[in-house]
Amino acid sequence: MRDLFFTMIVPFTICAVAVYGVARRVDVYDALVQGAGKGLETLVRIVPPLVGLLTAVYMLRASGALDLAARCLAPLMERVGLPPELLPLMLVRPISGSAALGVGAELIANYGPDSTLGRTAAVMLGSTETTFYTIAVYFGAVGVTRTRYAVPAALCADLTGFLAAAWAVRLCFGVE
Amino acid sequence: MTMAFIWTGMVCLSVLCGLATGRGPEVAAAAVEGAAAAVELCLSIAGMLCLWTGVMEIMRRSGLAEGLSRLLGPVLRRLFPQVAGDREIMDSISANVSANLLGLGSAATPLGLEAVRGMSRKSPGVASDAMCMLVVCNTASIQLIPTTVATVRAAAGSQTPFDILPAVWLASALSVGVGILSCKVMARIWGDDRAAAGPARARKRPGWRGTAVGGR
Repeated sequence: MRDLFFTMIVPFTICAVAVYGVARRVDVYDALVQGAGKGLETLVRIVPPLVGLLTAVYMLRASGALDLAARCLAPLMERVGLPPELLPLMLVRPISGSAALGVGAELIANYGPDSTLGRTAAVMLGSTETTFYTIAVYFGAVGVTRTRYAVPAALCADLTGFLAAAWAVRLCFGVE
Repeated sequence: MTMAFIWTGMVCLSVLCGLATGRGPEVAAAAVEGAAAAVELCLSIAGMLCLWTGVMEIMRRSGLAEGLSRLLGPVLRRLFPQVAGDREIMDSISANVSANLLGLGSAATPLGLEAVRGMSRKSPGVASDAMCMLVVCNTASIQLIPTTVATVRAAAGSQTPFDILPAVWLASALSVGVGILSCKVMARIWGDDRAAAGPARARKRPGWRGTAVGGR
């Protein structure tokens, strides 16, 4: 029942908006088509910054730099109470959503979904976003090149999210 | 410029690291692959993007967006005092936040983009305080029910895939809180976005109920 609700939330939202619109005598279809046109304009503007970003991300991943960083940072992580096994996830999370989901799913499957590690990985995935992708898309869409403090502020939030994930799992489920 | 340094750093690091670890050919292949993946990603979100901007247009014309805006207004006006007087921008922001709360990520992005487009009219080329706040709020997850992660956990054999919800809420709340706080603090350190505001150098900082600046 609950699963059905989650699968139906998107079509339900669309349906509700459409019915409400018609009830308020709005030309719903015309609005939809014109809005979709605006979406297409936005899309065209997103492509160039995303090409730049993903090229760099793919290169970084292929070069082995991420694995290297994971090895160097492991001692530091243990000190702040984060399992070092989670570092690849933390490094990938801000740059690629699909890669993070891949890494996270692997961790969850390997260590078990109900282990502390598996839970922490899940909470990290659930409480953070793909920061650099979001920044590239938002600022790319309006041609902002001077991003001021957006990147450091967003990374502060990410880091807090990671630390809080480890802490919250310990708080809610105890230590194994 | 921040992105310029990050991007250059990422590329240089990949080349150096690739050469050092003998993975040069892989790096070369990855560059081509990454560029192609960006276009594929855009194509894969194209449908949802157009659909949700369309739905947003319906919401705006039918007054639903305004209703939502009123509901979230008190909180959002505090977060975005610079654009609090601009109806259109505030509507887009509240729709963006609601979509994020519901976990409709693909809907949230186009709605958020509407909002930044409105904001950018006031500061072309430079990220204003309001833009930074919106972007940071969107880079921190405020999703109430992380369905994707729950699906992954269920697939791995968890009997209670949703038992992480309280932990996720706690972590999200802390993360968003720190994000908002960093924005407010860093906005002071970085100084007035006067470069953004152009000639309006002596512009008074509006209070949280402040009036909109220019534009419409």
